[in-house]
Amino acid sequence: MPDATGLELIAQGLRDRHPDAVLDTLHFRGEATISVASAHVRDVLLALREQGYSFLASLHGVDYYPDEPRLSVHWQLLDMSAVDRICVKVRLPLDDAHVDSVVDIWPGANHPEREVYDMFGIVFDGHPDLRRILMPEDYEGHPQRRDFPVGGEPVIFTYNEDKIPGWTQ
Amino acid sequence: MSTGISDYRRREESTSYSAEPAGMGLEQEMMTVNMGPHHPSTHGVLRLILTLEGEIVRDIKPIIGYVHTGIEKTAEQKAYWKVIPVVERMDYLSYYFNAYAFCGAVEKLLEVDVPKRAQYLRVIHMELNRIMSHLVWLGTSCIDLGAIGMWWYAFREREQVLDLFEMSSGQRMHTRYFQVGGVIEDIPSGWARRVKQFTKTMRERSQQYSALLDKNEIFLQRMRHTGVVDERTLIDLGVTGPLLRAAGNPWDLRKADPYCSYEDFRFRIPVGTTGDNYDRYRVRHAEILESCEIIDQAIDGLPEGPHITEDRKVALPPRHELATSMEALIHHFKLVTEGFRVPPGEVYNAIESPRGELGCFVRSDGSSKPARVHMRDPSFVNLQATAPATRDTYIADLVATLAMLDPVLGGVDR
Repeated sequence: MPDATGLELIAQGLRDRHPDAVLDTLHFRGEATISVASAHVRDVLLALREQGYSFLASLHGVDYYPDEPRLSVHWQLLDMSAVDRICVKVRLPLDDAHVDSVVDIWPGANHPEREVYDMFGIVFDGHPDLRRILMPEDYEGHPQRRDFPVGGEPVIFTYNEDKIPGWTQ
Repeated sequence: MSTGISDYRRREESTSYSAEPAGMGLEQEMMTVNMGPHHPSTHGVLRLILTLEGEIVRDIKPIIGYVHTGIEKTAEQKAYWKVIPVVERMDYLSYYFNAYAFCGAVEKLLEVDVPKRAQYLRVIHMELNRIMSHLVWLGTSCIDLGAIGMWWYAFREREQVLDLFEMSSGQRMHTRYFQVGGVIEDIPSGWARRVKQFTKTMRERSQQYSALLDKNEIFLQRMRHTGVVDERTLIDLGVTGPLLRAAGNPWDLRKADPYCSYEDFRFRIPVGTTGDNYDRYRVRHAEILESCEIIDQAIDGLPEGPHITEDRKVALPPRHELATSMEALIHHFKLVTEGFRVPPGEVYNAIESPRGELGCFVRSDGSSKPARVHMRDPSFVNLQATAPATRDTYIADLVATLAMLDPVLGGVDR
């Protein structure tokens, strides 16, 4: 992990290239996080990739309900030669949950982006095949959102499939 | 207006599985074939949509989600210590790793120090688990290749590992042995000796596996030069673990970024050269021996001391204290009813599971339940390598390649 100074240097380097990109930096429990504006996500990720953080280790969706803007995407980048991790984070409002896809940069982002779309309803612009991945294709709602209720999911059998509301309509 | 059952059926049939049109090729008509989800060689409920030109696979699309159980959502409804048995059930062949990925993340948030003895016990159990996972992979993969005999041998050794788990924790699978701050209880007397016996047996048996497979003509024909993916493609796809090491990249978090006292042990990282199925087999086979090495060192050097943190705000007090100590009773009551509270923050804890980087992201909002748990499961990411590994190969090699990729669908779907 870059130390707090290293993180500030990376953030300053990003600010020099894209003045509005970096919103905030956080060094917490030895982990470095950079918050970026949603319009500049691609630029920041490409710049970090050039700096050696070339492995996309993970991609998480997070719902900060009840805080605004609610939704968030985290990209966990890894520098395999320096063994260094950095997290890039973007916050997205519920009514405009769009962010650029990075599938063309990291093909491995395909499944994780589909998962975040499925679970949180965040649309990745430019994703080649943005469909639900874990939930059924005709499922309604995005179950990992914090205001999505737990339980009450009807189990469909042949004998009751026409009696369960919402499934046959 | 409701039209009843037929409407739902029609929608189910008409859903499009491919964004790309599959149809007439330049010379021959392409055929789209469904494989799975209930297919013996998919190691779970994986469904593949294959686009074939004759016997050659031109495109492959995995369809997943058949065993999605919403474990990450369930985890948000439970106190931290109750999440452990839930996450253990994701990748059902590497439950100690799942538990450690989660516990390690929570320990990072809590800034709890884990005693050295607990770290060593965790290492022993995780490496036993790695051997067990590789044995299941070896046995089931050989079934796919038509060698059912190998399955019996691999599962004979797996039984021994499960017996060891049963002896130390009471359960064979999903043991809930790892707790936040350490392990639930110390190992029983005689367990260390049994483990040493097992590693000795395992080394001999793995020589027998080599004798059976390494120069087996049929096995070699199915394995060598099939399913090749180069290192660059694998890295771009986010693939880690034995698959990446088979392609020649010695990336192993146990060495690169040691956690849980892995820096105390001497072990080697097996790597392959070409990244074909045979390399994948050899890498995992060699990893079994290296795990034996680590286990022996950990048993020999097992430090004395507590097996779980002394922090009573996190770990349950010893049972005997409850009868005599009011504080112990209060702590016990608070931990069991409400659980411990975790300072707000977000951490990502990555470890090396048998299938690659297993990362656990935990977000805490300061309450006693996690606000978000996300597992970066290696199978989920590695599954994307199916298409580059099998494109333009024969459909017969697809089965072998899929077995060597070793996806566990419980981990893919979560």
